[in-house]
Amino acid sequence: MATPIALRVLEGHARTYRHTWRGTTVGALVRPALFLTAIGVGLGTLVDDGPATADALAAPTYLAWFAPGLLAASLMQAGSADGMFPVMAGMRWVGTYRSTINSPVRPRDLFLGNLLWSVIRIAVIGLAFVTIAAAFGAIPFGRGLLAVLPAAFNGVVTTAAMSAFVVTRDSPQVLAGMNRFLILPMFLFSGTFFPVEQLPDAIQPVVYVIPLWHGVELTRALALGGDPTLPWAWHLGVIAAVGVVGVVVGTRLFARMLRR
Amino acid sequence: MKRFGAFTAVAGIDVEVAPGEAFGFLGPNGAGKTSAMRMIGATSPISEGYLRVLGLDPEADGVELRARLGVVPQEDTLDQDLTVAENLYVFGRYFDLPRPVLRSRIDELLDFVQLSDRRNDKVDPLSGGMKRRLVIARSLINDPELVLLDEPTTGLDPQARHALWERLYQLKRRGVTLLLTTHYMDEAEQLCDRLVVMDQGHIVAQGSPRELIDRHVSREVLELRFIDGQQAPAIERLEQLDDDRRIDRLESLPDRLLVYTPDGDAAIDAVNELALDPLTLLTRRASLEDVFLRLTGRQLID
Ligand SMILES: Nc1ncnc2c1ncn2[C@@H]1O[C@H](COP(=O)(O)OP(=O)(O)OP(=O)(O)O)[C@@H](O)[C@H]1O
Ligand SMILES: [Mg+2]
Repeated sequence: MATPIALRVLEGHARTYRHTWRGTTVGALVRPALFLTAIGVGLGTLVDDGPATADALAAPTYLAWFAPGLLAASLMQAGSADGMFPVMAGMRWVGTYRSTINSPVRPRDLFLGNLLWSVIRIAVIGLAFVTIAAAFGAIPFGRGLLAVLPAAFNGVVTTAAMSAFVVTRDSPQVLAGMNRFLILPMFLFSGTFFPVEQLPDAIQPVVYVIPLWHGVELTRALALGGDPTLPWAWHLGVIAAVGVVGVVVGTRLFARMLRR
Repeated sequence: MKRFGAFTAVAGIDVEVAPGEAFGFLGPNGAGKTSAMRMIGATSPISEGYLRVLGLDPEADGVELRARLGVVPQEDTLDQDLTVAENLYVFGRYFDLPRPVLRSRIDELLDFVQLSDRRNDKVDPLSGGMKRRLVIARSLINDPELVLLDEPTTGLDPQARHALWERLYQLKRRGVTLLLTTHYMDEAEQLCDRLVVMDQGHIVAQGSPRELIDRHVSREVLELRFIDGQQAPAIERLEQLDDDRRIDRLESLPDRLLVYTPDGDAAIDAVNELALDPLTLLTRRASLEDVFLRLTGRQLID
């Protein structure tokens, strides 16, 4: 039985990971731990002492409310990173994609193999996050395992969309720009740190088209054991729609950029 | 035929390469050699025309075809995060080669390209020539039937080049077909049974190295070097001499003047009669390099 070609690409990633796991994983874990401490616990104590917290947040503490949002946002960020530098390096800086396609691997196998790899990486980071969050008493471990699912799904969808975009770009400035003007604002304003109801009324509708907000809603509902703002299927549907577009456009663009 | 937008990189090349043959693409920078190789390697769709490689259609059977090809791309593109041996391992896995097979083949190939002692080093600190050798080893990982080599020995030292030629001979003897591009005329003469000279996407000549030399240049070449500013007047006087028996054609290079002639001694006489007084004067047999200059450079007298 021949190994599916995208899985061969996945195996290549696993090989590379033996050399690079320290840098990427440690970074992805230390950041959430710092955020949980500084914002969740530190700032949270102030928030919890304020008026009417539990009602406004529909959560026992700010930390319990914040942690699922941070989980979804962190996995979105991990997904975005997977779609940025590795793709830029494979396509331009090092050019490994150009030699890989001299083997049976097609551009679309590269795209899908990268995505599969992102699934694994994001799942690992998500599980580690839940373990840390449970240790902080922010999310019960069992609920956390469920809550990882939509957060990871949104993360992988981000990888698909980001790599579809990055494969067409040739300058690294674009990556810095994306981080500053897209990823960071999403990270901050998707109901991660404070409820979107706090945003000016004019801006609130914008949130509905941001996949991360839907991911945060689902993750938080599962972590706290309530219902999300919109029906479950709607939230899931928006993320899935972005995912489908990302995969379809991504496979095409990989082929167009590599098979010239 | 290959177009990039409105630009035609390969305008129409009509060649047939037999199994077991070593076939060369020669041509100046931008002639379309790499574009042609990529179409043959099934990584770049043809814009127009008919192309079969190992009996397969690169467009429809790309996966199957590439499984039987070895490719040495013009740029190295090795994975910087992996070691020397791992670069071969990961690439071999792309072909779904069983791990035990792969392990022994990696040993064998590293031995061949003389990188066994660097097998666990990262790729980045290797010298340019070592990287090139690793890319060549990588191209052979799947035991290919046809190997496409785009400037395989650019950056190699003379020993490494000769070692590679020797290995390519071995491959050829085993029936492997070789397709290569090169800017080294000695390499083309050594390796290629047949070759084509390309210019601006067209084939301007084809044949065996010997045939090309016989057909396109005279037997001997006189190389003359002059002190600054003396070359132009010398050309003028040789042109005025208009002596077809002794001087067939002139080729002016920035640093020297080539006089093509059926008879080297007679041409030297002519130079002496005109009292051109060159700094250095050297007679040699015409080579493929002369064919190349003739076909792709500018010419003075025909
Ligand atoms: N992806 C591309 N997009 C647009 N033009 C291209 C592309 N690839 C090659 N070309 C153009 O096609 C022409 C032929 O390029 P090619 O790389 O095939 O030349 P070459 O014979 O390999 O040259 P060299 O000896 O420098 O390697 C060049 O003018 C080049 O600019
Ligand atoms: Mg080239």
